[in-house]
Amino acid sequence: MAPKIPLQSTLQQSETTATAGGIAHHAAHPTGWRRWLLTTNHKEIGTLYLIFSLTMFFVGGIFALVVRAELFQPGLQLVNPEFFNQMTTMHGLIMVFAAVMPAFTGLANWMIPLQIGAPDMALPRLNNFSFWLLPVAFTLLLSTLLMPGGGPNFGWTFYAPLSTTYAPASTTFFILSLHIAGISSILGAINIIATILNMRAPGMRLMDMPLFVWTWLITAFLLIAVMPVLAGVITMMLMDINFGTSFFDAGGGGDPVLFQHLFWFFGHPEVYIMILPAFGIVSAIIPTFARKPLFGYASMVYATAAIALLSFLVWAHHMFVVGLPLVAELFFMYSTMLIAVPTGVKVFNWVTTLFRGSISFESPMLFALAFVVLFTIGGFSGLMLAIAPADFQYHDTYFVVAHFHYVLVPGAIFAIMAGVYYWLPKWTGHYPNETLAKWHFWFSVIGVNLTFFPMHFAGLAGMPRRIPDYALQFADFNMVSSIGAFFFGSSQLLFVLVIVLCVRGGKKAPAQAWEGAVDLEWTVPSPAPLHTFETPPEFRPVDK
Amino acid sequence: MSGASYYVPAKSHWPILGSVAVGLLMVGLGYQLVYGSATLLIAIGFLSILAVMGFWFRDVINESQLGLYDNQMDRSFRWGMGWFIFSEIMFFAAFFGALFYVRTFAIPWLGGEGAKGVSALLWPDFIAEWPLLNPPDSSVSGPDNVFSPWQLPLVNTLLLVTSSITLTISHEALKSGYRKLCRNWLAGTVLLGTCFIFIQGVEYYEAYQHYGITLEAGIFGSTFFILTGFHGVHVIIGTLILVAMLVRIIRGHFSDSQHFAFEASCWYWHFVDVVWLGLFIFVYVV
Repeated sequence: MAPKIPLQSTLQQSETTATAGGIAHHAAHPTGWRRWLLTTNHKEIGTLYLIFSLTMFFVGGIFALVVRAELFQPGLQLVNPEFFNQMTTMHGLIMVFAAVMPAFTGLANWMIPLQIGAPDMALPRLNNFSFWLLPVAFTLLLSTLLMPGGGPNFGWTFYAPLSTTYAPASTTFFILSLHIAGISSILGAINIIATILNMRAPGMRLMDMPLFVWTWLITAFLLIAVMPVLAGVITMMLMDINFGTSFFDAGGGGDPVLFQHLFWFFGHPEVYIMILPAFGIVSAIIPTFARKPLFGYASMVYATAAIALLSFLVWAHHMFVVGLPLVAELFFMYSTMLIAVPTGVKVFNWVTTLFRGSISFESPMLFALAFVVLFTIGGFSGLMLAIAPADFQYHDTYFVVAHFHYVLVPGAIFAIMAGVYYWLPKWTGHYPNETLAKWHFWFSVIGVNLTFFPMHFAGLAGMPRRIPDYALQFADFNMVSSIGAFFFGSSQLLFVLVIVLCVRGGKKAPAQAWEGAVDLEWTVPSPAPLHTFETPPEFRPVDK
Repeated sequence: MSGASYYVPAKSHWPILGSVAVGLLMVGLGYQLVYGSATLLIAIGFLSILAVMGFWFRDVINESQLGLYDNQMDRSFRWGMGWFIFSEIMFFAAFFGALFYVRTFAIPWLGGEGAKGVSALLWPDFIAEWPLLNPPDSSVSGPDNVFSPWQLPLVNTLLLVTSSITLTISHEALKSGYRKLCRNWLAGTVLLGTCFIFIQGVEYYEAYQHYGITLEAGIFGSTFFILTGFHGVHVIIGTLILVAMLVRIIRGHFSDSQHFAFEASCWYWHFVDVVWLGLFIFVYVV
């Protein structure tokens, strides 16, 4: 499974210098599969995360294509509604917890130590534990599809009582698998936060850190703050299902709405967990290819922190139609709109960085620019949804689906792809094939918009989400969406092709692979040797 | 932030084995709950986790004893433990949040108060009260009575508060080099923790036998057991950690200035103590 990343030669050399004071038997660096299973190296673990994430991206993508195939025409053609529900649920769960989050964690593992001049993550063994929990968690989760009664079928938000009283038997396994994934996230976040706070090169102050490091510092804080709340709420579900408690049962004095409050107290920061590191990647790429320092570095940091703090105060905007008191509707409407301010600061800064820059359009830059434009569209539809009285119309329609796919696919996922193209030269020592990468980009941009833009119209016209059949007037929009989805999905094979080709060979990249790139990772050779910065570099701040 | 010799451990078996052990435990728990009869798998999973933790910590302790850890590593452990405790606080925050939400909003609304009073239509005879002895639906039988906070819960509060004090004395003794004193006060702390667990067990017995407070007794039983239950589990873990520290003290580990494992155990114990104070106030007294 693991690609032959050309680290073998450097690996042998570094044997002597590896583990400075390693105790007892560490004579031979394990090779083959044992190397990947037992590793404590942040680069190897980062690679594992990224491969896992890419695999799960395709698994979740196939689930999405099942959904889109069924929705190609009105009526029930391919799958029965029960299976359709499992597909929408699993698509969401896999994409959120097994594709996007591990991709960012993989990038964090690879790049944070390189960007701050650290020899490795602060707690390398814990790092490996965090990774290996993921395959365990998601094997268990995917196995629920084969269990009697089928897998989770209640949407990725698993609202009670649909997920408690009326849920399939496998829900208990779903809860336990999410517990494992949650432990992985918490431990990973603790490691990242300790690394950033404690492992920076001498002379690097917090306000000298690259923005990818800053956004991950704040993301890690969000993860540690809200993943335990998710653990709490799924534990209450487990108790309601198996031990007769009444947390989400009004008959016993509980409240199904309590589930939604707890879930979204986790869920809203969770969506920022999936976008803040994306901001960091884009903030690294745009200055590089505009050959200008990032405009407004400090305001970027403060805006990220402001978004993170506000994310704790907006959760009930997902619940406007559940029957909240008026004062709550108003509070959550205004607090949500407030988020547009720091987000606007960010978009302004990116655009201003481009202003009068010497811009070139390599594949990372193309993805980053598409991110700025398309993420902003998702931001605007978010503002529309934030208006409580308007949300009464939009709620649970395809408009919501269009909104969050715009922020997640050309948002989070484009940023991940931008980051992969940007850092592939550092990882492999080769530039990705620019022609293929550009094809991948244009296919992806067209595919994404073909898929998700019509969903705005279908949603505004009243098409509900998570239903396998629909009224005839939505047929054209859905057909376009489905064609776009298959186009987008199949063009991702190009992404795999580019990566595989890049690992195997290609144009050699120097240490500073991109002309305008200034951060510390560009001072080590390409490919980065297995061990870097064993002696911390002396960091001299550049003008930001 | 010097760190010319930051210790990066060699390859380790424990993370991957730990993951498999967690997987075994979870599969076992799932089978037990859904299909029954998976106690063997649960036992294997649980024991494997304990074994992996034992080996993993043994490696860390050995590396520490060999002097491989510098000050920077010490700070990594401090940040790690600190944020771990923060995550634990947020875990309990979910349960406290549930308790507050139910008491402040859900039950008054079920009783007909406010704009959401329509939910009172479902159970017109329901009377909003806390502790909730009569849940809305007659199919759920509530508790017969609730505990007076000024009996066993007060004793437990005094036990835990005292244990925090004795632990601090033990820590101060360690810092000043009085190792015997340190050992004795630490042993006293373990004893207090054990008493707490025992009394909590007695209280659970009472709850089921004489008070009708059960998991099935509506939202009062649900919040009562999830809060006190998870707290109790944390006291058990904390006590085991303190026992491990006691063993290490007896074996002559730690120096006056280098003993973060001991300090982290103290942090954890104080955290468990503070959670109990919240519990005592909001579950028992108010």
